[in-house]
Amino acid sequence: MSYHNPYTPPRKSATFDDYTLAEIRRAAATGIYDIRGAGTKRKVPHFDDLLFLGASISRYPLEGYREKCDTSVVLGTRFAKKPIHLKIPVSIAGMSFGALSGPAKEALGRGATASGTSTTTGDGGMTDEERGHSQTLVYQYLPSRYGMNPTDLRRADAIEVVVGQGAKPGGGGMLLGQKISDRVANMRNLPKGIDQRSACRHPDWTGPDDLEIKILELREITDWEKPIYVKVGGARPYYDTALAVKAGADVVVLDGMQGGTAATQDVFIENVGMPTLACIRPAVQALQDLGMHRKVQLVISGGIRSGADVAKALALGADAVAIGTAALVAIGDNDPHWEEEYQKLGTTAGAYDDWHEGKDPAGITTQDPELMKRLDPIAAGRRLANYLKVMTLEAQTIARACGKNHLHNLEPEDLCALTMEAAAMAQVPLAGTSWYPGKGAF
Amino acid sequence: MPVIDLATTPLRELNSALHNIQKGSNDLSYEVANPRGSHAVAVGVSGPVLVDVNGSVGYYCAGMNDGGTITVHGSAGPGVAENMMSGKVVIEGDASQYAGATGRGGLLVIKGNAASRCGISMKGIDIVVHGNIGHMSAFMGQSGHLVVLGDAGDALGDSLYEAKLFVRGTVKSLGADCIEKEMRPEHLQKLAELLEKAGVKDVRPEEFKRYGSARKLYNFNIDNADAY
Repeated sequence: MSYHNPYTPPRKSATFDDYTLAEIRRAAATGIYDIRGAGTKRKVPHFDDLLFLGASISRYPLEGYREKCDTSVVLGTRFAKKPIHLKIPVSIAGMSFGALSGPAKEALGRGATASGTSTTTGDGGMTDEERGHSQTLVYQYLPSRYGMNPTDLRRADAIEVVVGQGAKPGGGGMLLGQKISDRVANMRNLPKGIDQRSACRHPDWTGPDDLEIKILELREITDWEKPIYVKVGGARPYYDTALAVKAGADVVVLDGMQGGTAATQDVFIENVGMPTLACIRPAVQALQDLGMHRKVQLVISGGIRSGADVAKALALGADAVAIGTAALVAIGDNDPHWEEEYQKLGTTAGAYDDWHEGKDPAGITTQDPELMKRLDPIAAGRRLANYLKVMTLEAQTIARACGKNHLHNLEPEDLCALTMEAAAMAQVPLAGTSWYPGKGAF
Repeated sequence: MPVIDLATTPLRELNSALHNIQKGSNDLSYEVANPRGSHAVAVGVSGPVLVDVNGSVGYYCAGMNDGGTITVHGSAGPGVAENMMSGKVVIEGDASQYAGATGRGGLLVIKGNAASRCGISMKGIDIVVHGNIGHMSAFMGQSGHLVVLGDAGDALGDSLYEAKLFVRGTVKSLGADCIEKEMRPEHLQKLAELLEKAGVKDVRPEEFKRYGSARKLYNFNIDNADAY
């Protein structure tokens, strides 16, 4: 009997998969690393890996449409004469005019204001339009100090000292020449069309002892009125939170690696920083160890998409969350409406991340006057307000089911984890057990 | 002239008084006694206020000054006149790191020496140092002028944009993308003007060399990657 070797299908390497091979070829062809916008695209343990337990015999729920579930939050109660009062615990994260178009910044301001929440400037200073359309505006104090001046510092409602961001802890801002228009160049004192690579360290302080004096200076300049936030990327959340508190922060903003950026190296986005889920408990622990939980507020950002994510972040101990990528999607980023144009750019709706090139068909991550005309800031602001309303309703729905009359009353005990990783990171029991890794002996 | 004694008066009262000077007030001159290295002395001043600080100060003295004339009769700690918008700050002694950092306008005069990173990220400020400056000075300087009568340390003008640097003495080394440039008549004229404003006498503009950006790093080019 003759023997025929049976067909074996070609086998591709799991290590050298198609994307990896393409990246090697791209690097070999161009000699330059890939730059892109947005946050990490790799799968990391996230809020999806947690579930709420809901009510039971020992926990009674609140009536969904009859009993109140408060969503308000006050930020900056520690030292500031004028703390920030938000109706909902979802704010808009820092994104610059420059990275975003004027209409996009206006839409964010409109949507946030209609929802009773704050929006935040970015690495490029404050525009009059942004100030005008944002009832509550947080002014970022960044290493580059582009557009920094005492007048804007005083007309801000809060000041956010940016030490790092989740997409690139240890990296500075980047805005390539295509987006350095006349107005952007003027605001940043830069020649038009250059590749702006911001510093990653502040020019006039290093370390927590200096930060304490820098915060004193900012408070003195603004007569102790404004809450001072300190924003850090998800790197060493326990110590970063403790040091920010020690330096005198009113609010700590902690941004996990799913948090977006306007532009940076893909290798940085994908390989530096910790997932948001892994950052929250150490930060809350630091606040509790210092007796400062709920006295210094904790704002969590990086991959918040729904009211469920909001509720989970708050249950783990955050006071509020911030959204960036989700807010951009709500106003029209990566909308399938522009699919034909995404195809021309070699991508598809949902995957477009070449924000640094300034060719955004949706008119959001661009300074091209023709493209930005496509974004109606009033309609886009309304979409953002709708989205924020839905997130809030969703979070309330969950909180009531857990018997809570304020979102802040959610607690870790309301949660269980679906995976060992999530159980370890969130320090909540694996579903069906009373155990999580690190708790007691194996 | 109101005298505020920081040995007995909290810093908050000093800055609050300077921020709340009413338009048309006759009291536009303040004296600060016993600063004893206090931080954030006379920060956020706006308008034509004169402040004389009798002694040495800590961090960020005259931070974000916008129109005031602030004189420190002593030495200054890190970040003096950081982010100055306009006005004049004079340090009779030496200045620590980051003097004039990110300054956007006005004139900073340091009669002694300045430490490292003098004029870091400068954005339009003019700085005149009578003595020497430390390493990494004018790092990422975007615009404005840095004039040094003495010597400059290592890596002067690293990653410089359009700030103009004038050094009379030696430069230990130049930073990435910083080169010596031709001194043209307009530069000599500007230098003469700055020296006069800073009260420098018996020094001619022709004694200085000019340094500026080679502009090779303005747009990323892989062939220049070794420069970083």
